[in-house]
Amino acid sequence: MDFPKDLLFTEDHEYARIVDGVATIGVSEYAQEQLGDITYLELPQVGDKISKGDSLGVIEAVKAASDIYSPVSGEIIEINSDLESNPELVNQDCYGKGWIVKLRLSDSSEASSLMNADAYKAHVE
Amino acid sequence: MPYISNTDKDRKEMLEAIGVKNFKELLKEIPEEFLFKGRLGLGHGQSELEITKQMKCLAGKNKNTSDITSYLGAGSYDHYIPSIVPYLISRPEFQTAYTPYQAEISQGTLQSIYEYQSLVCNLTGMDISNASMYDGATSMAEAAILACRSTRKNKILISSTVNPGWINVVKTFTQSMKYEIITADVTDGAAAVDNFKKAIDDDTACIIVQNPNFFGNLEDYQGVADLIHGKKGLFIIAIDPISIGLFKKPSEYGADIVVAEGQALGLPQAFGGPYLGIFASTKQFMRKIPGRVVGVTQDVDGKRGFVLTLQTREQHIRRDKATSNICSNQALCALAAGIYLNTMGEEGLKEVAENCYWRSHYLASRIKEVEGLELKYDKPFFKEFVVRSKYCVDKIMEKMLEHDIFAGIPLKRFGMAKDEFLVTVTEKRSREEMDKYIETLKSIVKGF
Repeated sequence: MDFPKDLLFTEDHEYARIVDGVATIGVSEYAQEQLGDITYLELPQVGDKISKGDSLGVIEAVKAASDIYSPVSGEIIEINSDLESNPELVNQDCYGKGWIVKLRLSDSSEASSLMNADAYKAHVE
Repeated sequence: MPYISNTDKDRKEMLEAIGVKNFKELLKEIPEEFLFKGRLGLGHGQSELEITKQMKCLAGKNKNTSDITSYLGAGSYDHYIPSIVPYLISRPEFQTAYTPYQAEISQGTLQSIYEYQSLVCNLTGMDISNASMYDGATSMAEAAILACRSTRKNKILISSTVNPGWINVVKTFTQSMKYEIITADVTDGAAAVDNFKKAIDDDTACIIVQNPNFFGNLEDYQGVADLIHGKKGLFIIAIDPISIGLFKKPSEYGADIVVAEGQALGLPQAFGGPYLGIFASTKQFMRKIPGRVVGVTQDVDGKRGFVLTLQTREQHIRRDKATSNICSNQALCALAAGIYLNTMGEEGLKEVAENCYWRSHYLASRIKEVEGLELKYDKPFFKEFVVRSKYCVDKIMEKMLEHDIFAGIPLKRFGMAKDEFLVTVTEKRSREEMDKYIETLKSIVKGF
């Protein structure tokens, strides 16, 4: 299983890639594997203000639906509209084409509360 | 079978298990002054024969449409029910079936629901229908909630020409939510785009209308869809499914959600239920619609099969975030509607609608022959119209009933004008019956 070093993770298996105050958020490889075939994603709207731990949207698989909790606080600046017609991108390439939203951080110190790749790997295992 | 099946021995065992000596000790937490003393005035026990006789006698006090000629409507209609409908739905496979969770053993039920959904889509012109709801009013309430949730806005704009009972149900359903219900006042008996222009704003989640409306009048929604879509809100239209045989489909007016009372489609009036809530929407709201949805798929051998689908919207999976707490449907009523529509077909439905139209217009045209009565509106209508009377409306109703005629519904019952009543004419009313209606009215008002 892949745990890219440039990512930060939550205990609920979301990841954030933070570059220049913008977090690209998705779900980890472990999460997509647990969910199975993903059929639909309910996404927030650009401009929505989200607090850390709030639900960003819903990820729907064949037999379950789970909330996606935001790893950090901020404003949604982009959503991955490719997921509308190709939700399976989350299964195929969760850290790449399967990203979910981009969010501009309102409090960059929050990043320190997230796990790095090694800590997350230990958490999953 | 005894009515209460626990014997003295059963009771003793239960009391022992609880750890009390007798029934009175079980109630010791209740202060003495609150306990009822003496005997309940229920009379002595009766045999099955006695009960059956008594119930028959009580039921006989009800007047119903098989004995009385009915001109009542306002949401519940005396349409003809082809005998094949009650015959087929009384098959035990259908009458005893419950939620078809287990697709392997429920193909027949699932297929019947799928066919019902397909028929509703044909009828309304919408993309998707659910497996049905409790009645038209609750469908409307669910539509309003869906609109508020999906637009993230909180104002529900509803025409005053919508059935007031339905408006009350929308209010009841949303009372614990932070939604505001705004009534667009329509004074001339038919809502149009201008009625909504003043009341709409950026927080308006939806416009709700009914066509034909509560007063029976037909409404023209030109411009309404553009108006509400311009505010990113939804357009919700309630229809009379029978009227579709003759008039525009709601999809042609740009509806996002269509709701209806399905009772007219082969269900008896039955003193108010069970009825059938029709709910259909565009594809856009597929994952947000309430209730169950049946889909068609293929099994491992490539054979066609029916299953409950899109269940992740529902509360057994989504829990508190479910799109609706309605987790049931009116499968038997939906089946009746499906059989009715299949029996009538497009031509049959058109004939029913035409008969309602022409017969109601015949009766309406003769109302003016009765001294002191007149039609309230001069508007196109389908099968119902409002009559204004210079005489006491209740008196007229009472006198007409002496002649075995339900003459109409006093609008006063809905908190509206005291001197008006609503008259409905379905395809069941013959010319002779309507002539009798007019002649009886004439003789009654002569006596006033």
